[in-house]
Amino acid sequence: MSLPVQLLWLIPALPLLAAGLGALTPRSGRKLASGAAILAMAGSFLLSCGALMTALADPAAHLVHNFAWLDLGEGVLRLGWLLDPLTAFMCVMVTFVGLLIFIFSTGYLHEDPNFTRFFCFLSLFAAAMLGLLVANSLLLLFICWELVGLASYLLIGFWFHKPSAAAAAKKAFITTRIGDLGLLLGMLWLYDSTGSLLFYDGGQGVLEATALGGLVAQTTIGGLAVSTAIGLLIFCGAIGKSGQFPLHVWLPDAMEGPTPVSALIHAATMVAAGVFLIARVYPLMAVDQGLATTPLHALTVVATIGAITALMGAMIAVAQDDIKRVLAFSTVSQLGYMMLALGVGSWVAAIFHLLTHAFFKALLFLGSGSVIHAAHHEQDIRRLGGLRGPMRITFVTFALGMMALSGVPFLFSGFWSKEAILHAAQGWNVSHLPLYAGLAAVVLTAFYMTRLVAETFFGSARSDEARHAHENSPVMTVPLVILAVCAILLGFIGTPAFPWLQSRLMGQTEVHGHSLFEGGGLMVLSIVLVAIGIGSGWALYGRRPRTTTSALDPIEKISPGLFGALRARFGFDELYAATVGRLNTATAALADGLDRYVWDGAVRFLAALGEFAGFVNKEADEDVLNGGFDATNDKIRGTARLYSAAQTGGAHGYMRTVAIGFVLLVLIVMLGGGL
Amino acid sequence: MTALLSLIVFTPWIGAAVLAALSSAKPGTVRAIALLFSLSTLGLGLFAVANFDPSRVGSQFVERHDWITALNVHYHLGLDGLSLILVLLTGIVTPVALLASWRVERDPRLFAALFLMLQGAALGVFLALDFFHWFVFWELSLVPAFFLIKLWGGPGATRAAYQFVIYTIGGSAFMLLAFAALYAATGTMDFIQLAQLGADGTLAQQLGAVGGWWPKAVFLGALLGLAVKVPLWPFHTWLPPTYAEAPTGASMFLTGVMSKMGVYGFLRILWPIFPTQLHGASGWLLWLALGGVVFGAFAAMRQTDLKRMVAYSSLNHLSYCLLALFAVSAATGQPGTTSVAAIAALSGTILQMFNHGLSAAALFYCVGLLEARSGGLRGLNDFGGVRTAAPIFAGLCGIALFSSLGLPGLNGFVGEFLIFRGVFGLAPWAAAVACLGLLATALFLLTFWQRVFHGPTGKVASSGFQDLSRHEILTLSPLIALMFVLGVWPQFLAGLINPLVTSWASRLVLP
Repeated sequence: MSLPVQLLWLIPALPLLAAGLGALTPRSGRKLASGAAILAMAGSFLLSCGALMTALADPAAHLVHNFAWLDLGEGVLRLGWLLDPLTAFMCVMVTFVGLLIFIFSTGYLHEDPNFTRFFCFLSLFAAAMLGLLVANSLLLLFICWELVGLASYLLIGFWFHKPSAAAAAKKAFITTRIGDLGLLLGMLWLYDSTGSLLFYDGGQGVLEATALGGLVAQTTIGGLAVSTAIGLLIFCGAIGKSGQFPLHVWLPDAMEGPTPVSALIHAATMVAAGVFLIARVYPLMAVDQGLATTPLHALTVVATIGAITALMGAMIAVAQDDIKRVLAFSTVSQLGYMMLALGVGSWVAAIFHLLTHAFFKALLFLGSGSVIHAAHHEQDIRRLGGLRGPMRITFVTFALGMMALSGVPFLFSGFWSKEAILHAAQGWNVSHLPLYAGLAAVVLTAFYMTRLVAETFFGSARSDEARHAHENSPVMTVPLVILAVCAILLGFIGTPAFPWLQSRLMGQTEVHGHSLFEGGGLMVLSIVLVAIGIGSGWALYGRRPRTTTSALDPIEKISPGLFGALRARFGFDELYAATVGRLNTATAALADGLDRYVWDGAVRFLAALGEFAGFVNKEADEDVLNGGFDATNDKIRGTARLYSAAQTGGAHGYMRTVAIGFVLLVLIVMLGGGL
Repeated sequence: MTALLSLIVFTPWIGAAVLAALSSAKPGTVRAIALLFSLSTLGLGLFAVANFDPSRVGSQFVERHDWITALNVHYHLGLDGLSLILVLLTGIVTPVALLASWRVERDPRLFAALFLMLQGAALGVFLALDFFHWFVFWELSLVPAFFLIKLWGGPGATRAAYQFVIYTIGGSAFMLLAFAALYAATGTMDFIQLAQLGADGTLAQQLGAVGGWWPKAVFLGALLGLAVKVPLWPFHTWLPPTYAEAPTGASMFLTGVMSKMGVYGFLRILWPIFPTQLHGASGWLLWLALGGVVFGAFAAMRQTDLKRMVAYSSLNHLSYCLLALFAVSAATGQPGTTSVAAIAALSGTILQMFNHGLSAAALFYCVGLLEARSGGLRGLNDFGGVRTAAPIFAGLCGIALFSSLGLPGLNGFVGEFLIFRGVFGLAPWAAAVACLGLLATALFLLTFWQRVFHGPTGKVASSGFQDLSRHEILTLSPLIALMFVLGVWPQFLAGLINPLVTSWASRLVLP
């Protein structure tokens, strides 16, 4: 059974349908909403398996199906589906992990009044995430990219009556949107330069030689190749979505969402979308590698950010007390590993780690969810403890996940994928700093995971919630068991001796294995580091377990300053609030003040000027013009009165006047010399 | 149908006359009649769509009759893709605004009659092709708007109504003078003839006969009239108080339809008639448009009155339209300017006009609903937890908010994406600066949603806050449905404006 690329849209369409159904289902239709969501996810899983069969038949091919979406006369926006091993592996992972988490959620949110809404949002997320994976167009990818952001927003804020959840949801959306604006600009630039946004289009796509050659040949600001600049802008989107330094601050807060959400979106799939994006546009990111004179290669930035994030996340995770926050910073750190792998040139190692991480991190989150559910929403590890006994299945599976994440050798998937990354970093010819950062993070990862397990499951119960905890129903434990099995077995598809996954991703049909111990020095070193991490963690937290909730952490005793800085997450939130936050407030105040005082002031001034003109006009009319008119009138009236006074009606008077007038006339004429 | 366009324009006025005659009709009858007449625009508009030939550039269904021969004034109506889209928008927003005003108890007959007058005047503006009656419609729209705001508005309505009318008339006066000068120089006020004169440079020559500065002065006069109407930042200070004080239905119409009159004027009049002058001014006009994009969004963040916040978001959204036009004008005649980017920018402008009409009208309605349920409160911090009490309301308002902030999959994204795509190709730095506006918009709209709908249940939400009634859902649903449809299938609108916008690209060469 294989799925042709023309029908690839069915994979996201099924969950979308379920989401639409869920949106229209009333609150009472719980079975309908969850049933439709699970069924759709199962259907998508089967279709994804079919797509994987198709892709593996010819792993080197990029099967596409493109169509016009918006025709503007000149410039047709085209979208399309793309099927290659990268898409297919990702789809299988997302649908499989998603399916298990959907099933787990029916138990976890059993008592929630908004149960149907939850499955609506989960299905919406799945649809958008799968759409992102099958997109053959950066525009379609961007559309789905924003929609997963929306789903993430809705699910982080699912318990919206909690102010902290509502605030965390907004913070996540806004922080990722900062990165998305970079992605948007990169996309616009790419479109403007190449006239297309399709990845593969029979030689005309942006990831194909013609377009790439054009992009790398032009230079822009600072002597960068256009491809480098576009690549870095696109990487901004990945920084936001994948919680990379310096935009990682939203991811720990996102733990306000229900735990299945954290497992699906903020561990296994959505946050990995940034890694997927860079892997998808890898030809674009890497095309400037051939340039000798460029001041910067795009991938160097990727490697640097990844290395910083990997180390920083692992350090902060050491000092967190909330079981989910430890895992959240662990996710930040592991995503940093993947970026590091991309940056040093091994995108297949990044995707391998992405896939294995998805399983064991989903396992760990669901395990923590199982603990939280059993312990009546207690998530503080200082108040847990001793759960090993009452929650045996959760404990065993969680411990397996912990070992996979820590990189316990040979048996666990995390070991192999992490080794692949470290080897790639060792082979990077630019710098070995990422390798050292990665190795340091290996110790820290093993250490904080040991701390987490020891504090949660060992020792004695330190609160009533923990004392009354008991194992959950099979609907929650069975997914844990399945994920635990995958966390172990999945590693074997990518060992150095049998790099099946890597060769398929690279488009090869044959597997060229190496000796299992090739480059054994590094492997031995990392095994030793894992041992140091677990050993020291056990020594500090396992041998002498915490007895009271208020007891100081062993590291806090040793170095309170360092522990405080780590617990405060290096103060990034405070820093941003003091800088970006203030700038934002100031700009808003400026914009508002301009309106209230300057522009409106100018308008008021003009209005006042108008009123003044009116006043002057009125005064002029009344006093000058009208005044003059009145005065003339008065004079005329006065003259008239004078004249009328002269009209006495007496004949003598008249005659006298006539006589005087005659004499005067004669005099004038005579004196004038007229005669 | 020879008089289709006259029918479109005057049917609402006939409705107003009918209402005026029915002095003893019951409020229910009055509302039904008003709704029916306002729906005529949508019906006739769809009829026009069915008979419209999008492959033809230029006006269709033209009506041209001699009117005042002594002044060379013609009764000239015509419809092209741009007009058609705005007619459709008017046809959608007006009935919805009337439905939203269903609860107006005080003199519903006068209210409805004024509303229909307003609708007819706006349609006249979108269809008239001779300045003479175009200007009559333009000014006539102010009269019913004034009374709607003053008589049915909030406590500060009188002042806001006066400011709105005086400010707009003040701008229009300059435009009138400008057209008097155009008439004196050319002897015509016909937009199409003037555009031809503008395109081949004769107009500038004829105006230049008065003095070298005269074409610029005339251009500035026309610009001022339109800039106030859109409004272009910083000629916008009348907008927040007016939109805030107007009754809900009037706010919906003002932002949904009337704000488009200004942008329409820019596209129909200013750009074709004054291509050279606009190009010359576009450098600083771009900055003003960016000011509207950025400061409009940031000022919105500062507002605690939700209506003022939405009003500022309108300023931000319409500034994108102007940004695109100015970017096109700035790039005109520059080497390396491609018509592809210009076409994207201008198509985006038109789509943005339509999309903003839908989302802003829906948002004003949502604020109006909050106001009606809380006894007149509309402060950002007066609510909280409304989603618990009214999930359907929260959902629909959320869709409108996300449409407004340009979420892909909803209508707002398409217009903004095309504008950004076009502006990036023409003036990349302007697109980069405008991104700040996108970010700030997301921030204040999500703050709106968070403060009003999320958090613990506030005093208003806990005291018997009702979810939407069937009537209210009916009012909102056409807008919401269109947000989805146009988000996924923008080709419907793009198909109507397609060859027209392509032909505009020929203006990229200066005379």
